[in-house]
Amino acid sequence: MRAAGGPDVAVGDVLLSVENVSLSFGGVRAVSDVSFDIRKGEIRAIIGPNGAGKTSMLNVINGFYQPQEGRITFKGQTRAKMRPHDAAYGGIARTFQNVALFRGMTALDNIMAGRTLKMHASFFWQLLRYGPALREEVEHREHVEEIIDFLKIQEIRRVPVGRLPYGLQKRVELGRALAMEPELLLLDEPMAGMNLEEKEDMSRFVLDVNDHYGTTITLIEHDMGVVMDLSDRVVVLDHGIKIADGTPDEVKRNQAVIGAYLGVAH
Amino acid sequence: MDILYKIFLDPFVQMGTAPDLFVQTLWEGVVGGMLYALIALGFVLIFKASGVFNFAQGIMVVFAALTLVGLYNAGVPAFLALGLTIAVMFALAFAVERIVLRPLINQPDIILFMATFGLTYFLIGFGEFVFGGDPKVMITEQLYLPKGTITYKALGGVVSLQKLDIAAAVIASIMVAGLAVFFSKTRIGRALRAVADSHSAALSVGISLEQIWVIVWFAAGLVALVTGIMWGARSDVSFALDVIALKALPVLILGGLTSIPGAIVGGLIIGVGEKLWEFYWGPLIGGGTDSWFAFVLALVFLLFRPQGLFGERIIERV
Repeated sequence: MRAAGGPDVAVGDVLLSVENVSLSFGGVRAVSDVSFDIRKGEIRAIIGPNGAGKTSMLNVINGFYQPQEGRITFKGQTRAKMRPHDAAYGGIARTFQNVALFRGMTALDNIMAGRTLKMHASFFWQLLRYGPALREEVEHREHVEEIIDFLKIQEIRRVPVGRLPYGLQKRVELGRALAMEPELLLLDEPMAGMNLEEKEDMSRFVLDVNDHYGTTITLIEHDMGVVMDLSDRVVVLDHGIKIADGTPDEVKRNQAVIGAYLGVAH
Repeated sequence: MDILYKIFLDPFVQMGTAPDLFVQTLWEGVVGGMLYALIALGFVLIFKASGVFNFAQGIMVVFAALTLVGLYNAGVPAFLALGLTIAVMFALAFAVERIVLRPLINQPDIILFMATFGLTYFLIGFGEFVFGGDPKVMITEQLYLPKGTITYKALGGVVSLQKLDIAAAVIASIMVAGLAVFFSKTRIGRALRAVADSHSAALSVGISLEQIWVIVWFAAGLVALVTGIMWGARSDVSFALDVIALKALPVLILGGLTSIPGAIVGGLIIGVGEKLWEFYWGPLIGGGTDSWFAFVLALVFLLFRPQGLFGERIIERV
């Protein structure tokens, strides 16, 4: 599926496009006039030095922040104001830079929480935990067990996640996002703070998710090796401005990118 | 020596020689403790899901009871009045989310805490305005709650139990068990716990905070209604009840702010401890220990176990 180089690596139609988006907090401009698109089935990386506005961009995409200017079109629909709940409903799932799990809950319950929007039994039946509510629990539990197998975390499913090592927490968080059966999966530094072995595992999971479920993935990552290996296309931000956009090879050779990462003599 | 004997030995000798009195006191303590536990439970529900310390929980108990009795006195049949009161508690939850919580989202906790003070005074004023300030009698008979006492000849004496208290214990236990299952085994229950742990993560999986807040405030309102009926049946329904609601604070300190089992166990410890202390040790210092025992016990707990019996341990990483 991954085309070998060339400008036309795009896999499918545009799934989400960001047009001229600007976001500022008070007087601080986090993102200015950024445009790019994410195509169906690809792995898209957003990279850039610290403070480049990568996480802000992700937060805009899933509705945590509302950009002051610009438009976002997802699945052909340009949205006005969107809240995180709507994003989740529309099929956007995400993980967080500093792992945001439900710490008191078990790994299993965390991943089950990802099924929230897929479950519909009414409040009444849930109060009784009988009939439709119980059937639904069982049905969704099966799906969650598949994800648990896929991520190879069978042994820890009953452990409260607060007690798990960091690498496994990241994996549970990925599981929770996958449980939403997202069309677009946003990963905010999925390998941050991991050792080499964990990074390799996580990279494999990212590729497997993309292959196996056909999920479109957008990830922020610092490790350039990982980015170059994983992604189909890369967008580079620096100080909130887009400085490059293209295949890993193109980006690597781009003078502005080299400047941003290594610093240029003034 | 005499004083030491009176403090450390005599009470236990009394307990041993008159077991019927001991059991009777214990039972009274359990019943009182259950009501404390129910109020604390209302606090915990809201605190867990929204991080708001709801000062108005005590008043919600009175307000619920007052609405029920007020509607009945206005000529509404008892069970219809009960249904309507439930609807009123839902409307209250909905209004609180819209008018109080939503505009104050992302504000510091202390602001939300103060807002619940405002809610308290609003409910007092509104309740008095609509239903009048005079004490009212709870409609226990009309709701088919049992009356009278059961007397056992046992333990070399007589133990008498109010049927109403037994009914209260049964209803409270069923409600708590139901809540426990609901919280641990259902989608909404999971969503509630999820919100308690991390707002942003909960949002990212599509949980709507607004909806969850309405649900917890409604749940706390239902707990308040049950508490109000039980409590109103033992004394009468008036705003004087809310002073007793302050007893829920030591219960929370004992049990931990975030733990439902903690609220139950804490309530029972305070209820039973209070009654036993008053009965066996009270006479030594002239009685009247009910009003302070709970708070002193809470103070001792704060010294040695500030997170409470079941609360989450507070660990700060530097």
